[in-house]
Amino acid sequence: MRLIPALLGATAALALASGVSAQETRGDSGHLNILYWQAVSILNPYLSGGTKDVEASSLVLEPLARYDQDANLVPWLAAEIPSVENGGVAEDYTSITWKLRDDIVWSDGTPLTAKDVVFTWEYCTADGTGCAQEGKFEGITAVEALDEHTVRITFAQPTYFPWVAFVGAQSPILQKAQFQNCVGAAAATCTEANTRPIGTGPFVVTEFLANDVVSFAANENYRDPNKPHFATVTFKGGGDAAAAARAVLETGEFDYAWNLQLAPDVLQSMQAAGQGQVVSAFGTLVERIEVNLTDPSPSLPEGERSTLAHPHPFLTIPEVREAMSLAIDRQTLVDVGYGEAGRPTCNLVPAPEYYASDDSECATTFDLERAKALLEQAGFTDTDGDGVRENADGVRLSVLFQTSTNAVRQDFQALIKSWWEEIGFEVELRNIDAAVYFGGDAGSPDTIEKFYADVEMYANNFEGTDPTSYLAAYTCDKIPSPETQWQGQNINRVCDPAYEEMLAQFQATGDQEERSRLARAMNEYLTLDNHIVIALVDRGRVSGHANSLGGVVLNTWDSELWNIADWYRIAQ
Amino acid sequence: MTDAASEPTRPGPGGTARPLRPEPPAVRDAATNPWGDVWRQFRTHKGALLGLGFLVFVTLFCLLGPWLWPVSPGALDVRNKDLRPVYHLLWDGSARVSWSHPLGSDQLGRDLLAQLIAGGRVSLAVGWTAMLIAMLIGTLVGVLAGYFRWLDGILMRFTDLVLALPILPLLLVMMLLFRDPLRATFGPATGIFILIVTVIGATSWMQTARIVRGDVLALKEREFVLAARSIGTPARRMIPRHILPNVLSPIMVSATLGLASAIITESALSFLGLGFPSDFPTWGKLLFDSTDRMADFPERVLWPGLAISLTVLSVNYIGDGLRDALDPRIRGR
Repeated sequence: MRLIPALLGATAALALASGVSAQETRGDSGHLNILYWQAVSILNPYLSGGTKDVEASSLVLEPLARYDQDANLVPWLAAEIPSVENGGVAEDYTSITWKLRDDIVWSDGTPLTAKDVVFTWEYCTADGTGCAQEGKFEGITAVEALDEHTVRITFAQPTYFPWVAFVGAQSPILQKAQFQNCVGAAAATCTEANTRPIGTGPFVVTEFLANDVVSFAANENYRDPNKPHFATVTFKGGGDAAAAARAVLETGEFDYAWNLQLAPDVLQSMQAAGQGQVVSAFGTLVERIEVNLTDPSPSLPEGERSTLAHPHPFLTIPEVREAMSLAIDRQTLVDVGYGEAGRPTCNLVPAPEYYASDDSECATTFDLERAKALLEQAGFTDTDGDGVRENADGVRLSVLFQTSTNAVRQDFQALIKSWWEEIGFEVELRNIDAAVYFGGDAGSPDTIEKFYADVEMYANNFEGTDPTSYLAAYTCDKIPSPETQWQGQNINRVCDPAYEEMLAQFQATGDQEERSRLARAMNEYLTLDNHIVIALVDRGRVSGHANSLGGVVLNTWDSELWNIADWYRIAQ
Repeated sequence: MTDAASEPTRPGPGGTARPLRPEPPAVRDAATNPWGDVWRQFRTHKGALLGLGFLVFVTLFCLLGPWLWPVSPGALDVRNKDLRPVYHLLWDGSARVSWSHPLGSDQLGRDLLAQLIAGGRVSLAVGWTAMLIAMLIGTLVGVLAGYFRWLDGILMRFTDLVLALPILPLLLVMMLLFRDPLRATFGPATGIFILIVTVIGATSWMQTARIVRGDVLALKEREFVLAARSIGTPARRMIPRHILPNVLSPIMVSATLGLASAIITESALSFLGLGFPSDFPTWGKLLFDSTDRMADFPERVLWPGLAISLTVLSVNYIGDGLRDALDPRIRGR
């Protein structure tokens, strides 16, 4: 029985007649077609914040530990999860010691060692790398190799959630031999390494066409000799959510499609075709409107737009932002865009329970009158009768509202525009191709990081259960600017010592009560109190897979492809 | 224009020159109304007549529509979303319809009829303007290349170069370069309008230029041009008086074709999600927005699709009819 599937590699569907053999040998399930409608542009998560890039690279690159679908930490390249009990985490929480599995080899046959882990930290924290995941290494003073398979991470101060660096798909281990000449400013120029990284994961890259297709083949040196079940993977990018959903649910051309952000009625009618099924799970994904605290005006010289040098003329006024938030009927947005797969929220951190603030009042309040009153209070009245408010200095409440091209987002834009116009804003809409918008290309004016607009909408989440690196994004040093090649996660350009003070306390506290309190305080600083981030909908993640694809466990806490080695073709 | 018609030498393009012979049956009508002939010939082309009728209808529909149907195309009415067109009642008594939305409403309750009207205004405006730009450039390049030998090589190679430019990448680049300055100067809608019209105009004049050049080359060797030249007519008088009126018919025909293709290009751009902002309906954008729900609400693709196809078809028929009508050799028969 073991021989047959091996012989028939590519025509595995036939060989799997018994169904039991799904657990048999490497490559026995043949070929897998994955469709991510945002095309992959790079396979190095340290140089791209885009989910599509992070998830595609998770086929190749792996972290020390991952979260499973229930948000539990599971060891991946590490032998076990360090804890105070097993001595892996220091009593005073100032260091964490990871023990690597000793049977892991890179796809080129060389062994994975602690040096690779150390190098990965050096790589991301080097000056000029423009590392997209710097938040993961926040507060780390040293990463040292104690021996071949032991790594110690030392923190500047007690860190009570130390399982952040090298955990999850955003923070995998890079091979030192491959990347050692790519540190610092050279990072972006190492095309070969960035597009064909050598990894420890179940697959290796065989062909990389930027923004189009990535082909993978099973990694011959993968640690489990019977996995992955698929011999080859085609990772196709491009198109839109509707086409992707149709390709999986209606026509069956693809086996897996990610992020099917489509109106609930549309998905339902597609699923009726019987080729595939929709899977969804709630995590920490929040559709939100980010407010630009700096001035994106095109009249400013290039290099100064959307930088701290020019504060925004009216979005820096708290009342204006609060009015904008009050004038959004979140329940209607959920009904139009997500149905069962969404719920109204005002929180940036909607889960887990012990970190989530009580946002029920904000999430259900839709009060245009109060919004108008707030604008009056802030000195904005419509003096010239054109329906747009302006203040004594002649600043008009005119906003450019950008988002990616997506039917649901355009519906949201239309709804929000109509509400904002009702309270006296002038709203211009812009939609940008998702591959460009989330592409992070420093040369493009349309990326979320560059933020050449007043407000922008997208969804983001944090991996795992701990929001530390997520909340750590809102510090002055993570503001995207020309100096950082427009990389950085502080999209709103928040720069407030009071916030950083809270963050420092949060990172320095082991007491769960206190951590919860501080996490809520930071969340409330950004959302409920100041409305710098106007959260809209807590989104369940929605993906689709063919009925013939088995082993899919939708994981909202890590890469969706986290267990791709276990995926198999169900015998028909 | 009257110069052209009263020109005694007026020969058909490509026909043998009969410079001094007047055309016996047409001469009386031509004296009273030079376009009478053209109209009489045009009338005999049934398709062209129907096309003209439809084009007038669509243009009036879009121009006067907002007064007859004063519903804002952007007005959201979430309670009345996903309504079917009223004619659904004919075969489905349980369909959700409302006379306040005769053609139904979309998933946000925007009125489809109002959107069709607003979309048509934009699509037609883009079509006409882009066509005019293309005709202007095309005629200018064509006449210059045909008339001045020393310009011929440069201009025609330039034409080849532009022909080879792919319009979509070009538009993306232009969007990137000019969007913000245009937006700052003219506002979002007008800025994008100018950009799109310019791009379409600037990439669709080449056929016209080639046709016009060919005709001008042939005309240049005619006796009446020779005669005009022999009495010392300079180029600046020659071109408007003798050359242009005689290439008018191919220009008008390619203008109708250009209008059709400009509408199609704009629709394609909108369909691809480029072009106008999402709250700015055009026929192409209506199509694009409706594709997700095509199976459940076919009317949302049907109406804008029909509007595009019928307009383009009618314009093509008009072009066909005009070609016949403007050709004096056919006209006589």
